[in-house]
Amino acid sequence: MNGIHDLGGMDGFGAVIHEAGEPVFHAPWERRMFALTIALFGRRVFNVDEFRHAIERMPPADYLRTTYYEHWLHGCERLLIEKGLVTPGELSAAYAANGGPDGTAPPAQATPPATAARRPRAAQDKKPRTRARFRVGDRIVARILNPPGHTRLPRYARGRRGVVRRDHGVLVFPDTSAHGGGAHRQHCYTVEFAGRELWGRDYPADERVMIDLWEDYLEAEKVPSRRIAMKAAGHPRTVAKPARIAPAKAQTGSRMRTR
Amino acid sequence: MSAHDDQDRPQARHVHNDGGAAHGHDHNAPDSGPTLRVKALEALLIEKGIVEAQALDALVDTYEHRVGPRNGARVVARAWTDPAYKKRLLADATAAIAEAGVAPGLEGEHMVALENTPKVHNLVVCTLCSCYPWPVLGLPPVWYKSAAYRSRAVSDTRGVLREFGVELARGVEVRVWDSSAELRYLVIPMRPRGSEKLGVDELAAIVTRDAMIGTAIVKYPPASAGG
Repeated sequence: MNGIHDLGGMDGFGAVIHEAGEPVFHAPWERRMFALTIALFGRRVFNVDEFRHAIERMPPADYLRTTYYEHWLHGCERLLIEKGLVTPGELSAAYAANGGPDGTAPPAQATPPATAARRPRAAQDKKPRTRARFRVGDRIVARILNPPGHTRLPRYARGRRGVVRRDHGVLVFPDTSAHGGGAHRQHCYTVEFAGRELWGRDYPADERVMIDLWEDYLEAEKVPSRRIAMKAAGHPRTVAKPARIAPAKAQTGSRMRTR
Repeated sequence: MSAHDDQDRPQARHVHNDGGAAHGHDHNAPDSGPTLRVKALEALLIEKGIVEAQALDALVDTYEHRVGPRNGARVVARAWTDPAYKKRLLADATAAIAEAGVAPGLEGEHMVALENTPKVHNLVVCTLCSCYPWPVLGLPPVWYKSAAYRSRAVSDTRGVLREFGVELARGVEVRVWDSSAELRYLVIPMRPRGSEKLGVDELAAIVTRDAMIGTAIVKYPPASAGG
């Protein structure tokens, strides 16, 4: 889902504030919330993909207003209710029993889990896809996907061209694993994107962003022939006769494409 | 700064969201924060037999006292002094970190080491949540989890580094690693000039957490304080 959690490239959150001598936990409840969550993972009440997706489904304004361990609290309450381990009534009763006002509301309504309206292609696989589709050095394009459910393909990478730099072997596919759809292990690669490919030509040329992406997020880049590329870029003539095109511009254009 | 002084927390956008228990003045209105909700949730899950209080205590102890950036610092110091080890660390960080005596654990199953050099500076972020290599660095600091860092680390990298007091020379290539999958990254910072005579333990003492994320440079002699 295109949730508020997908923050890469956004502006407006201000400077990064560094707290000197920061403690591991800032309040006693954070200790307990951390431990509760890890214990629930240990009991396999939910997996990490379900947990991340439960947090992503928080109302966006709540997500931004609350802290990290409050996100965890929300995620745990949400999943415990959805998986039927506790009921909203039991949670309310527990609040009351621990000194809360009677009838304390259960957690705010969040986006319900996505239905299988648009199933990831991996959901059709019977076995882990152990054969890698891409090799180190391959040029790829991150697919333009907008799944209603969980995905780990950040918005800022969609539709962008990159180069495969590492193959990490097969890993559990989050887009199915977050929805009870199975592990569907497939290759996961580190893909290098030029900063300018992501953010435009004003961006420094010597910056790269490396993103870990599963095979189903990628397709091979179809490298257009030079002639078609020139046309697509709006140049009136092909390279054969570049006399009337500002040479520097044409040069830059082609270098960008072969990156 | 005291361990309880959390009033400047960048993520705390309203003052009541710690429930007041930690910072010495009373916000203990019943619905003022997560204190009560967490207490109630814990009580309910213990009553149902889903979790055990003692197991929770042990988890807190582990992550508050036994796991932390000193683990990563030991790995870095060894890589600085033992070229064969550094080679193994860069080739298979998960195995090399275990070899250094760091217990493997959650969020450290697939480790990758990244070497900073005079030509390349690596920086780690998780734009989608706050993925972080727990076994070597402990639990992440608030700034790493903040919207400010997660949003701009990928799109205004040098600007973010400047906020940490790091100014990279022109021509240094910056690589930002967005931890979008289950790979977890440890930056091997550059060994500072002047530290040639230090032993492994002394070197480990000058490696900072932030340097292993990529938001600081290791200095010798070290700066007086800081992450």
